[in-house]
Amino acid sequence: MGGNFKVSYREDMALFQTLWVKVWLSILILLLLLAPYLLSRYQLSILIEMGIAVIGALGLNLLTGYTGQISLGHGAFLAIGAYTSGLLTGKLGLPFFLSLPLSGLMAAGLGLIVGIPSLRLKGLYLALGTLAFGFIVEYILFHWDLTQGDMGMAVKRARLGDFVIKTEKAYFYFVMIFAAGAAICAKNLVRSKIGRCFVAIRDRDIAAEAMGIPLAKYKIMAFGISAFYGGIAGCLMAHYQRWIVPGSFDISLSIAYIAMIILGGLGTILGSVLGAILITGIPHWITYLTDVFKESYPALSGLIVDFKLGIFGLIIVLTLLFEPQGLFGIYRRVRLYWKTWPYKY
Amino acid sequence: MAELKKERPIQLEISDLSMGFGGIQATRDVSFSVHEGEIYSIIGPNGAGKTTVFNCISGIYRPQEGSIRFQGREIVGMKPHKIAHLGIARAFQNIELFRGMTVLDNLMSARGFLLPYGLFRSALYLGKCVREEINARDAVEEVIEFLDLQLFRKTPVGGLSYGLQKRVELARAMAMNPRLLLVDEPVSGMNLEETEDMARYLLDINEEMNITVVLVEHDMGLVMDLSDRVTVLNFGIKIAEGPPREIGQNPEVIRAYLGEERIQGRS
Ligand SMILES: Nc1ncnc2c1ncn2[C@@H]1O[C@H](COP(=O)(O)OP(=O)(O)OP(=O)(O)O)[C@@H](O)[C@H]1O
Ligand SMILES: [Mg+2]
Repeated sequence: MGGNFKVSYREDMALFQTLWVKVWLSILILLLLLAPYLLSRYQLSILIEMGIAVIGALGLNLLTGYTGQISLGHGAFLAIGAYTSGLLTGKLGLPFFLSLPLSGLMAAGLGLIVGIPSLRLKGLYLALGTLAFGFIVEYILFHWDLTQGDMGMAVKRARLGDFVIKTEKAYFYFVMIFAAGAAICAKNLVRSKIGRCFVAIRDRDIAAEAMGIPLAKYKIMAFGISAFYGGIAGCLMAHYQRWIVPGSFDISLSIAYIAMIILGGLGTILGSVLGAILITGIPHWITYLTDVFKESYPALSGLIVDFKLGIFGLIIVLTLLFEPQGLFGIYRRVRLYWKTWPYKY
Repeated sequence: MAELKKERPIQLEISDLSMGFGGIQATRDVSFSVHEGEIYSIIGPNGAGKTTVFNCISGIYRPQEGSIRFQGREIVGMKPHKIAHLGIARAFQNIELFRGMTVLDNLMSARGFLLPYGLFRSALYLGKCVREEINARDAVEEVIEFLDLQLFRKTPVGGLSYGLQKRVELARAMAMNPRLLLVDEPVSGMNLEETEDMARYLLDINEEMNITVVLVEHDMGLVMDLSDRVTVLNFGIKIAEGPPREIGQNPEVIRAYLGEERIQGRS
């Protein structure tokens, strides 16, 4: 194997493999850059919400999709990120550029601890364990003086140095940069040693161990990384909404994230992004529809609040039944169809 | 040749290995030593405890009694991944590939422990990480070429034929750059041609790469052709050890196999 092969390995390992991907990505970036000038404030706020969800979904997919560890407590890590940054900036006056990474690290630290039982617990038991963790976090947030329970807590505006991220537009760009960074880092992780260890553990843990992969280290690491992503997402959410209550991080948020990665495709980066966009978009879309039909059917308004969770549940079940690989599976089939025509094998 | 190899130092030394599961005693006081560069076979009827011996060596089971020394070092009680790091690789009897991965990624993941970069370099995919990945790819490509898997590099392993999956099992073990290779029934369920290919690969691995091979196999033809020495297990007890020719004529071995007719095999 001579040196000239290395050039092709590098190509083979490239982040964006084909010209098409690069073209589409450029178009996407262009559209995102223009979005604040083309969309209403409300529409922009939906995109911000989606961007934050992308970060959280990437984290959960690394844990559940790639490493095969089910978590029903992802919402709790967002809560930890949100409250950590809220308290650090509010009570301690720490600048946002410090509280942001610290909120991720705080969540990661707790994620590592939650990960320890995962060495013993698998499948349903792990799901129950993480669910319990979610309830504990919610309970603490409700009852701890500092977090002010269901009265909620005000969160300061995000500011970088002297620049206060005040406008919708500024926050949009800010979140998009983070979402893109999160996606690239996740992609890098999964195309390197770390990601292969995760998938190996998911597919065959005993064989993985016999291939020299330390199970404990990587299982716990997956929890840590996943929680870090969740913490960052939570922090961005807190400083955007500027008002946080424990109720917005309850089990329904965790289920929304499960719905995102299942709908998008377990164990895929693109799937995490697509799933986050759709699941975040669906309630808004339904609100829009019910608004349109409000005149003729007044009973419809308010429906969305009650049925959001049910809709997510339905999406999970239907996806698992009819397209277990999620949207990414559909994407892959379409791509394969075009690939077989005419030259590519 | 067998005599010559005996002069070499002992690489793997198993003494008085006993492993039981509840009421079943899978192995009882099994002892044998494997010299560096040998092809050493373990044979015996179904349920004789062959795979159990492998699982003890790999650290998947912890034997109740006995010791296993690899290159002079006690490995009983060590974690499986630590044992793998010492240079003991394993190809499983029942295919245990990482099904969601391509052939290439299966091999790359087995090589992971030889790549020293950490989480942050991995997330940024810069510098050392890229270099290490390329080096690993280089090494893995050599294994792919060696085992003629070029056509299936990017194929998900679940889509391969049984025979090919067995070969990927071997390739994945080889990607670990091992000193000692444990191969559990590499040709079970294979046709004649595939069996001959596998025999070639095992011989080349042993002779060209100078890797010690411990082989568990029911195909007596293969065992007789390849092995320097053979140990026979029956109901968890070692009943004979020696060069293949002697083993084939050993009355106790023939009795153990009576009714199984396997000792005749193909040769
Ligand atoms: N994890 C386990 N739990 C309980 N019993 C086991 C376990 N592993 C092996 N055994 C038992 O130990 C005995 C030896 O099994 P082992 O798999 O080592 O046999 P083998 O020689 O590899 O057989 P084969 O040729 O069929 O592969 C069998 O009776 C088997 O049922
Ligand atoms: Mg066996």
